[in-house]
Amino acid sequence: MTNDEIAATVNRAIAEEFELAPERLRPEAHIRDDLGLDSLDIVDLVIVIEKAFGFKLTNREAMMDIRTLGDIHAFIAALRDKGEAGA
Amino acid sequence: MGRAVVTGVGIVSVLGVTRESVTDSLYHGVSGIDAEPDRIAHGMRSALTGIVRGFDEGRFLNRKQRKTMPLCAVQAHAAVMDALDQANLPQEALRNDRCGLIFGNDSAIVPTLEQANALAETGQTASMGSGHVFRSMNSAITLNLNALLGNTGPGWTVSAACASGACAVGMAADAIRLGRQDVMICGAAQELGWQAVAAFDGIGAFSVRTPPQEASRPFDADRDGLVPSGGAAALILEDIDHARRRGAAILGEILGFGMSADGQNLAVPGDTGLSRAMAAAIADAGLAPEEIDCISAHATSTPLGDAAEQRNILRIFPDACPPVLALKSLTGHELWMSGASQVVYAILMARSGFTAATANHHRPDPDMPPLPILTCRRDVPPGRILCNAAGFGGSNACLVVDCR
Repeated sequence: MTNDEIAATVNRAIAEEFELAPERLRPEAHIRDDLGLDSLDIVDLVIVIEKAFGFKLTNREAMMDIRTLGDIHAFIAALRDKGEAGA
Repeated sequence: MGRAVVTGVGIVSVLGVTRESVTDSLYHGVSGIDAEPDRIAHGMRSALTGIVRGFDEGRFLNRKQRKTMPLCAVQAHAAVMDALDQANLPQEALRNDRCGLIFGNDSAIVPTLEQANALAETGQTASMGSGHVFRSMNSAITLNLNALLGNTGPGWTVSAACASGACAVGMAADAIRLGRQDVMICGAAQELGWQAVAAFDGIGAFSVRTPPQEASRPFDADRDGLVPSGGAAALILEDIDHARRRGAAILGEILGFGMSADGQNLAVPGDTGLSRAMAAAIADAGLAPEEIDCISAHATSTPLGDAAEQRNILRIFPDACPPVLALKSLTGHELWMSGASQVVYAILMARSGFTAATANHHRPDPDMPPLPILTCRRDVPPGRILCNAAGFGGSNACLVVDCR
């Protein structure tokens, strides 16, 4: 899966779960400040990403450093590079 | 003592999902009851249920907002938004400590099952989703509505079985009459879905009569049980001076509220409990029984319940009983919601200048002294109406509402 495909999959999952317009899903968009997701939403964000890529995150704490949508894309790409994700 | 007036109502009911459509159903006697054949496949004895048709979950709330809400809370929110619109109260006006919120509810069976199923499906709690935490709480309606509406006065949920809705409206009126609050958003909701009433079906309480629209027959000799129903009903109650100051149209007034307990049996209603609540409500209104124009009976169409209510009514009105209306003949039994929806229905009828007819009452019960059941629509408002509610555990609550 290419980086673009990863970004498209993440964005599609987030757009559907939180009913966000696709044009808001820029890589630099801050998850809390720009997309308006709160701490409960982050719980569900992890779940939809797991579903979208068909894997379980074994280290959820690693996601706590994520601030922007681009951080999520990079996080999944790193998992792919390590061979940990279905991505 | 202050005065608590009604300045707005909203409802999501098996009779319709707007004030206009519900009023129309009441006027023409259109039943909200039908059969759901799936219920039999699930092992239930009765396929009958009230059905809410045409409700748009996304009308006011997006998916993120709805994820912490059971469907009945989404319906309650829609009913409140309609009521606020009628009351002409903008949401900014709610944001003060003198605006409170109270709803009646007594179950969260469907969301609790969904929660258990989510864990079974995902195999770990972290994958269940955050919404389950809030959806399966008994106070799911008030805690979600508080966050959505932004009122900073108190918000709480009251449970008293099928008297929950009447208790919510009565306690809201009390909060205003005692001077604690200026505005109370109140009402009640009842979850629909076969899971919510499966155990209730198992004790043989539900009607199995066909056609479905003729199954709920309060006080009729051939009644064979209730039809479960649900939805949400909301009212805006306001201190009369507060309402007058802002020029709000006054739709009615909660004149009196009375509660009691049978103190006898869990499931069999007694002969005096409901009448004690009726007497308390009439006295609280400062009225004599002969000043009551109409009774909106609890009358769920069960053999024992209707007979007990009949005896209770005749204890208060032994000589001249006012006309008795039994709207569950059209709606089925809206359970937790019914005590609040009764008041909304009364206000809607008053606004359109009629009192609905009780459907399916053809043959008075030969074992009971007669009651003047209103079987034809009258083209006059209900007037000062006594609304009865009674529930399991012998929980009784009555309201006297001025609907002239």
